[in-house]
Amino acid sequence: MIAIGPTFRALLRNKVGALLLALQIALTMTVVVNAIHVISSRGDLMSRPSGLDEANQFYLTSTGYASNFNEALVVAEDLRQLRALPAVAGAIQTNATPLGSSGWSTGLSLSMDEQASGVGAAVYFVDETGLDTLGVKLIAGRNFRANEIGEREKNAIDWPSQIIVTEATAAGLFPDLSPAQVVGKSVYISSTSQTTIIGVIDRLQAPWNGWSGVERSMLIPQRTLFGSSRYFIRAQPGQLNQAMRAVQDHLDQHPQGRLIRNVRTMDETRARSYRDDQALQGVLWVTMTALVIITALGIIGMVSFNVNRRRKQIGTRRALGASRNDIIGYFMLENLLTTVVGLVLGSVSSILLNIWLVDTFNLPRIGWLYLPVAMLLLIVVGLLAVYGPARKAAAISPALATRQ
Amino acid sequence: MFSYYLRQSLISLKRNPILSLLMVMAIALGIAAAMTTITVNYLMSADPIPSKSDRLFYVQLDSWSADEPFLEPNQPPDQLTWRDATELMRAAKAERQSAMATSMMVIEPDVAQQKPFSASVRLAYSDFFPMFNVPFQYGQGWHSDADQSRQLVVVLSHDMNERLFGGENSVGQSLRMGGRLFQIVGVMQPWQPRPRFFDVTTGAFADMNDVYVPFLLKEALTLPNGGNNNCWKPLPDATFQAYLNSECISNQFWVELSDQQAVADYQRFLDNYVTEQKKLGRFPRPLNNHLSDVMSWMEKQQVVSDDAQIMMYMALMFLLVCLLNTVALLLAKFLGKTPEIALRRALGANRRQLMQQHVLETACIGIAGGVLGLVLTWLGLLGVERLYQGNLKDLTQLDLPLLGMGMLLALVAAILAGLYPTWRACAIAPAGQLKTQ
Repeated sequence: MIAIGPTFRALLRNKVGALLLALQIALTMTVVVNAIHVISSRGDLMSRPSGLDEANQFYLTSTGYASNFNEALVVAEDLRQLRALPAVAGAIQTNATPLGSSGWSTGLSLSMDEQASGVGAAVYFVDETGLDTLGVKLIAGRNFRANEIGEREKNAIDWPSQIIVTEATAAGLFPDLSPAQVVGKSVYISSTSQTTIIGVIDRLQAPWNGWSGVERSMLIPQRTLFGSSRYFIRAQPGQLNQAMRAVQDHLDQHPQGRLIRNVRTMDETRARSYRDDQALQGVLWVTMTALVIITALGIIGMVSFNVNRRRKQIGTRRALGASRNDIIGYFMLENLLTTVVGLVLGSVSSILLNIWLVDTFNLPRIGWLYLPVAMLLLIVVGLLAVYGPARKAAAISPALATRQ
Repeated sequence: MFSYYLRQSLISLKRNPILSLLMVMAIALGIAAAMTTITVNYLMSADPIPSKSDRLFYVQLDSWSADEPFLEPNQPPDQLTWRDATELMRAAKAERQSAMATSMMVIEPDVAQQKPFSASVRLAYSDFFPMFNVPFQYGQGWHSDADQSRQLVVVLSHDMNERLFGGENSVGQSLRMGGRLFQIVGVMQPWQPRPRFFDVTTGAFADMNDVYVPFLLKEALTLPNGGNNNCWKPLPDATFQAYLNSECISNQFWVELSDQQAVADYQRFLDNYVTEQKKLGRFPRPLNNHLSDVMSWMEKQQVVSDDAQIMMYMALMFLLVCLLNTVALLLAKFLGKTPEIALRRALGANRRQLMQQHVLETACIGIAGGVLGLVLTWLGLLGVERLYQGNLKDLTQLDLPLLGMGMLLALVAAILAGLYPTWRACAIAPAGQLKTQ
């Protein structure tokens, strides 16, 4: 029969040793809980969809340099020919991409007043094929028409009279209205230009993944004449590589006084955009795993040593009728008691560390579920670690041990 | 005596090889985790220009909107408007000063085989080069006359000179940039301060620029904005000049001031300047102008990333666990040695001598753990660098002070871990112990 009382009293004979182990388990739990928390909150960030059909999309930058570079003409011709390539499903000129980390944003508000409440939203210039090429879904209103696409000079300050916004942008401006009700509403861009929301799309992230307003963006029906712009291209499903090769070959063969650079797939852009988060996850995984292993090895070392020290007592107990399982049970129970003390301490320090992380680094707070999961993990690890040395203890022959 | 203790220690370590190995491994892993993350933090927080970081000051003027600060709580903008940058340059009240901005230009190499490509441009004043101790391989920075007369002169980075001229002395040659011929006046040596302190607006560890040209060329050639551009006030009309006169911020400004008096004078000058501008209807916010020296600017801009700090704190806790582990194992081990200790006491060794011997034993563990730990640190840094793929460029290199620190940390940690177990084991009364045997 397993008895907590005697086991506990025996533990008290080496208070410091047990306390050290408990502290170690407490700290391990603290690190594990908070590391898993950081790993999973980064995972949440990384799993946010951009709204694009990323697997089939890429983009490049086209910069004019020749003095006779006629941007409007070259871009229109480029797009017409790129769209005709068999592997290409769509091609537009734009200024930025989700996850691309550079782009424009401007304010949208309900009145001209500079102090009027409004929201910031990312700006994407598109034409009437923008929705299809980006792969976003229109959930209310309509798309731009070909005759609504205007031109935008470099230092232009006015804005067109129709825009399409994301659902998050619509909700930011009109918290109480459904997307369908937002269609037809009049808003102001940069507090200066009045414009009408003609459509709402489900989702299109802003270029900055760390921005709190990352879900807010708007589509502007304009071709840009900035001297440099981005071609965003959607390949036929599964033909990204063919499309990339065909597009680059085509552009290389038609230099037209511009240069092509930064050819990049959306997959690569996503990886770059979240590289630091992914790396932090990796570092924390390694730290956490190594820590659990060290703690397990520590437990094995401690218990092995205790077993050796207590050979005589174990032999005596066996001689007095304790079964092998009693001995194994004893060491298991001893470790469980220490672990539980450690886990109670660990729960407190996990929460304290989390509070500090929340304060210092603006991390989200931990979910309560992490605590029982980490406890269970460490109890299992502890019991597994004890089992080996405990079996050795149980194998001690009573006759030999008592005679020494 | 020392060699005798050392021999005793090694015998004792060999007696429980697995336990000893466990302790060495624990210390090694703890040291490796701590040192890997400390290295990254240490290099991120390094002083990029130690010889004069206390004499270079970043200028901030609060030109932002009356309704809200640029950043809570009441922080002035991190850049200046074109108008203020050029006005402060015109006043020239500091020993040295340079406004800066970034842009992009297409370079058309003379060589037929090289295709045109776009280069990142830093716009600066002639003081930029002496102020930041820019090392030159050929030639030098442009003369201050070139600033005002907007001469088409250019300084190339080392890499750009390699790319364009195969590393040869290109000073005096001309280079077609943005459709105009620039004269090359200088070529830098490889120069990559980390952090890139003079402009952290696009990332403190971002790459350096390819070419450097006079600041006012932005206006003369209507060069596009590079980096960040923030506006709070709508522009009155659609011209480049309107943009330059606007409240949009995209310029940085540094001054060199040699003493406290100069700093106080310059601060007064800035406040007076803003007060004058207020009369023109600009600067709607209360006076809030800042001069920050290099290191405090790095701190304000949080050059050491949160992630790096989180990693470091986690790793330090890891080290702590490894130490607790070592303490517990040493305690178990030394308590197991009490009969031997009692015997040696009875034979005349005093407590102090026994303590010395055991401290030496733990020091051996520390040294072994430290050496192994530094090897693992090296591997750890390789791993971290691979994970970050260039985002931590030059931030994963061990130097001598770091190696020394790692060794010291291992030694101190091991000895600290051994103190209590040693004390406990040696505090035993020999008579009682011997009797029970």
